[in-house]
Amino acid sequence: MTDPCVGMSPRRVGGRDRVTGRQAYVADIHLDDVLHAKLVSLDCARARIITVDTSAALAVPGVRLVMTAADLPQPVPRFGPQFQDRPVLAAGETHYHGEPLAAIAAETKDAAEEATRLVRIEYEELPAVFTIAGALDPMAPLVQDPALRPGDRLARSNVLREHHYGWGDVDAASADVVVEGTYAFPMVTQFAIEPHGFIAAPDSDGIAVWSSIQHPNWLQRVIASLLHLPLAKVRIFAPDPGGGFGGKQHAKYEPLVAFMALRAGRPVRLVLTLEETFQAVRRGASEIHVRSGFRSDGGLVFRDIEANYLIGAYADIADRTVAKGSYTSNGPYRVPAVRIVARSILSHTTPSTAFRGFGNPQQIWAVESNMDEAARALGIDPLALRLQNLAHPGEAFIPGDTPADGDWARTVERAAELIGWGSPPAPGRGRGLAVGLKSGPTTGLSNSIVRLLADGSVIVYAGTSDMGQGARTIFAQIAADELGAPLDWVTVVMGDTAVVPYDQQTSASRSSVFMGNSILLACRDIQAKIRAMAARLEPVDEAAVVVERGEVRIGGRVTPIRDVLVRGLGRLGGELIGIGEMRKEAEPEHPLGGTAAFFEFNCTAVEVEVDRETGDVVVARHVTVSDVGKAMNPIQVRGQDEGAAIMGLGHTLMEHIIHDEAGRIRNLGAIDYRIPTSLDLPLRMESDFVENADGPGPYGAKGMSEGALLCVAPAVAAAVHDATGVRIRDLPLSPERVWRALHDAAESPDAGAPEAIDAR
Amino acid sequence: MTMRQRIELTVNGRIRSVEVAPHHTLLDVLRDDLGLTGTKECCLVGECGACTVLVDDLAVDSCLMLGVEADGASVTTVEGLATGDKLHPLQEAFLETGAAQCGFCIPGQLLAAAALLANDPHPTRAAVEEGLAGNLCRCAGYEQIIEAVVVAARAGASES
Repeated sequence: MTDPCVGMSPRRVGGRDRVTGRQAYVADIHLDDVLHAKLVSLDCARARIITVDTSAALAVPGVRLVMTAADLPQPVPRFGPQFQDRPVLAAGETHYHGEPLAAIAAETKDAAEEATRLVRIEYEELPAVFTIAGALDPMAPLVQDPALRPGDRLARSNVLREHHYGWGDVDAASADVVVEGTYAFPMVTQFAIEPHGFIAAPDSDGIAVWSSIQHPNWLQRVIASLLHLPLAKVRIFAPDPGGGFGGKQHAKYEPLVAFMALRAGRPVRLVLTLEETFQAVRRGASEIHVRSGFRSDGGLVFRDIEANYLIGAYADIADRTVAKGSYTSNGPYRVPAVRIVARSILSHTTPSTAFRGFGNPQQIWAVESNMDEAARALGIDPLALRLQNLAHPGEAFIPGDTPADGDWARTVERAAELIGWGSPPAPGRGRGLAVGLKSGPTTGLSNSIVRLLADGSVIVYAGTSDMGQGARTIFAQIAADELGAPLDWVTVVMGDTAVVPYDQQTSASRSSVFMGNSILLACRDIQAKIRAMAARLEPVDEAAVVVERGEVRIGGRVTPIRDVLVRGLGRLGGELIGIGEMRKEAEPEHPLGGTAAFFEFNCTAVEVEVDRETGDVVVARHVTVSDVGKAMNPIQVRGQDEGAAIMGLGHTLMEHIIHDEAGRIRNLGAIDYRIPTSLDLPLRMESDFVENADGPGPYGAKGMSEGALLCVAPAVAAAVHDATGVRIRDLPLSPERVWRALHDAAESPDAGAPEAIDAR
Repeated sequence: MTMRQRIELTVNGRIRSVEVAPHHTLLDVLRDDLGLTGTKECCLVGECGACTVLVDDLAVDSCLMLGVEADGASVTTVEGLATGDKLHPLQEAFLETGAAQCGFCIPGQLLAAAALLANDPHPTRAAVEEGLAGNLCRCAGYEQIIEAVVVAARAGASES
């Protein structure tokens, strides 16, 4: 065959437009006759809306529409991926700081902006809850109207759902040493550099919606259902998102913009400010209590986990992040008895949603920190304690789920080798190590179409969103190899539900596996047609023809697919069409509705320096190793691993949303909410991956885009402890927090000890 | 209606005469009045760098500069980096190292890097980190971006 493309790192498909400014994100799309929309919200966490007077706003020249809940069908339509609880616009009461209760559409942005200030709202501020303790207080106001939760025994509390998982008998387990602690993970926001953008336009007898969405087909269902339209009359355009990270998975203001466009009879566009995106999406905060029981030789005998996640005012997909993150919270370990309780707790805050890692980083922060504390308590090396308890390949470490699908010890050993574990760190530095495991998708459905055109060039149709992970490049590489086309003869079409077949979603690091397999099958479909064509042309029996990786072999003779194609299509020309489908059905008896398609596994090892005067933590070395099955594009694998690692350093060292005493976000926007810059990088970053071709994707690939974020925080905190002797169980490890911990430790030497070490 | 004011500026080598609202930023003028959407809008407070352009060869957050202040200036945006079909060495290097992931911050990174190399044709890694510190990348492709700038410097990007 020609040189293989899979496994190489060709330039990104779509890269050229990204460096020339031609890549059109939603905000770059201009429609004639468009109206500009702005949201109206209150500067408080929760309020009863008494009256809304729009007359002054409507009088602003250029204003065409001021939409309030009263202008929507009644009762106000609600939507959401898990519960239909989010109203298109707040009606009667606002439930979080920034929740829109009206929206303006005007000929210019200036007019819309001016009008937002002229909507007169009479309201009464109401008590709000925005902490776990506050929300669980029996006297706490209810975030959701119990009427929205009929038949739900928890409806009169702020607990949306309580999940119970586990196996074995924790209470009967007998441990030599029990180590326990409570670990807090902060509220953080996705902060994609592209703020969310939405456009809707009436489209003959239907509607067209443009969105920076990760799941265009899911959005299509939401819009069709709210507008009572058939799916075929809802066309979703999903240009490549300028970063998604989970925050762009599910519908936010698309329904509002669609209702506005239909009412105005004109296209309406809404591009959020960065501040508004902070008020639209975030990760769930958590407090997780972990009790781990060990034999004195280090063997784990039980794990007992109680996790409280603070989600927002509406469920979005947050409860699913809690369920999925908690279900695997014991980690990649062999433990005979495990008990997990996890709660999704509603609050008057920004609805939390998917964010890279999907509920797992919170649990991994807790359990891996606990493992490090246990290693110290047991007098066992933290690396050895991990290796001793790690599930072997094929071991059913979560009863009833996919067995361990990787040689995880190899990943851990590789990370240890790269950081030089076992040799002393440089003076003044400390080392830490942690592992992270995440369940991949539990269900999935990816359809694709591949067309092999008359000259041997290829068009691939895939409903995946390329939000930077490089899905378009991977798909093109697969099609190029399978059909024998040069990479630059392959076009990948995405982001238009009227043209591209169904893809369930772009999430859970699934696309290389699910859509990758789907495209592989579509190519195989074409290969079968080429085989029949070659047999007819020769003529020989089809059984004598082998078509593989771009080539046709008959006996000892090898012909490129293209040559057979050109002859076979003959004078009429035309094309061959292949159809692919990759499906993983739901398993209703499974606690998550399905087993893991694969596991993401990562080991992170770091070396840090702590400035005792300022509390500043400098990551001197950062090693990240992921088990990827097969690196179909090593540069992209490296980009995802290092990007995830640095994003993990964000919530580890600096990021947290801060509320004031009334539940308003105090650090809205880029000045007061810091994310890593080029000056916050580890002094040395080393990433590597393990390839055993043991994944379910094409050529043995696994999903890998979240792994390197999962266990950054516990690795860094363990290194801080190693360097200073101080144990910190709250994130982020900001200079202030570290400095205080150092000072507290100096004053009271027991401050850093575990909450309890019970040696029996 | 606000009184609009006519300004004349050179954008990517072309003289443009445009009526702008006095409170509109250079970013507004580029994106909305001139249709040059390669320059991106994110934080609008000069923190993220997505809107970085060159104004008389200096890297500027175009969200912090009024359009009227650019009267008479020469502005380079990402659309002006390539010469016809020939990419600027920085653009080539960004593609080669895999620095452009989602791509949204890339126009700003490219212009900040161009300004850096104009002042310091062969910067150290520390100088590149410092020079790009005002340009956020949430894909966090910083390692690849820094590598790209170093590669471009070696290829003589500042002379092009």
